[in-house]
Amino acid sequence: MRSIWRTLDEGLARDVALVCLADAIVGVSFGAITVSSGLPVWLPMVLSVAVFAGAAQFMFVGLVASGGNPIAAAVTGLLVNVRHVPFGFAVGDLLGKGWARRVAGSHLMVDETVAFALLQRDPERRRAVYWACGISLFVCWNLGVMIGAFGGSVVNDTDAFGMDAAFPAVLLALVLPSLRDTATRRASLVGVVIALATAPFLPAGLPVLLALLGLGAGLTGRREGKPVQAEPETAS
Amino acid sequence: MTGSTSIVLAAILLGAGTFAFRFAGPALRTRVELPAGVERLLVVAAVVLLAALVGTASLLDGHHFAGIARATGVGVGGVLAWRKAPFVVVVMGAAATAAGLRLLGVP
Repeated sequence: MRSIWRTLDEGLARDVALVCLADAIVGVSFGAITVSSGLPVWLPMVLSVAVFAGAAQFMFVGLVASGGNPIAAAVTGLLVNVRHVPFGFAVGDLLGKGWARRVAGSHLMVDETVAFALLQRDPERRRAVYWACGISLFVCWNLGVMIGAFGGSVVNDTDAFGMDAAFPAVLLALVLPSLRDTATRRASLVGVVIALATAPFLPAGLPVLLALLGLGAGLTGRREGKPVQAEPETAS
Repeated sequence: MTGSTSIVLAAILLGAGTFAFRFAGPALRTRVELPAGVERLLVVAAVVLLAALVGTASLLDGHHFAGIARATGVGVGGVLAWRKAPFVVVVMGAAATAAGLRLLGVP
């Protein structure tokens, strides 16, 4: 485990720490909002340990607090979390061998850990930042939620601090270097357009999944553009 | 008021289902060696998903427009990132822009 932290340079560690701090602040508000809406104090903590996915947790708690059927709320949250299936296929080889590592590593899979890992070129750094970011986020998120659940919160409205803009900006900064590749950029642009166009009509989670249709645009474009170079790449 | 038992069951369902989603890739990938082309496709797919998350999270709140403050904040963050500003500056820039605009009364 110690080698994970050694592989990270200071700059990368600082970036991860910043995201952890932002996550902890939102965690405090999640804990406080859940308890103040009349739900039991253990619920935000159990959710944060067992689910560990902010968007789905907020959605679940919001629906249950407003009197919705809990099972329906869980299904809504699950739909938001389906995106982890393709994430798992993209980063699955980072988790290492052995059951324990794969189970623990899978549970630490969140948007930020995936984005931080994909940004790294070197496989060892990829693995290191995945684990470092995953473990630190898990600790900070759960600590924050616990503080919010027991202590209530001074930051009930994290939007006042612009936290709602900070999180998309985190992912944008991490994704931007990958968009230098033409096929990836084209697929992403089409994907974003599909997601935005369908979001007003579809339940949360589906629009983001539909964005994967953008892959078609990226790939057909590439095949038309460079038919000869595409061949040896797939063969290697 | 819904009973605690059904909330616990629902929380377990959400946790277990989410774990199954996360575990599917890592579990299946150790069994088959993927060709490099497929491997690349999987990485591009993850980037597309993250990009779509950025798009929907910065512009929408549920089914509605999230407001000018958030969208502008993310936009400023995006420009800073594109100009290769340090990560901290990107994130703080986005948050400060959104917070500042809200202070000025922009929704």
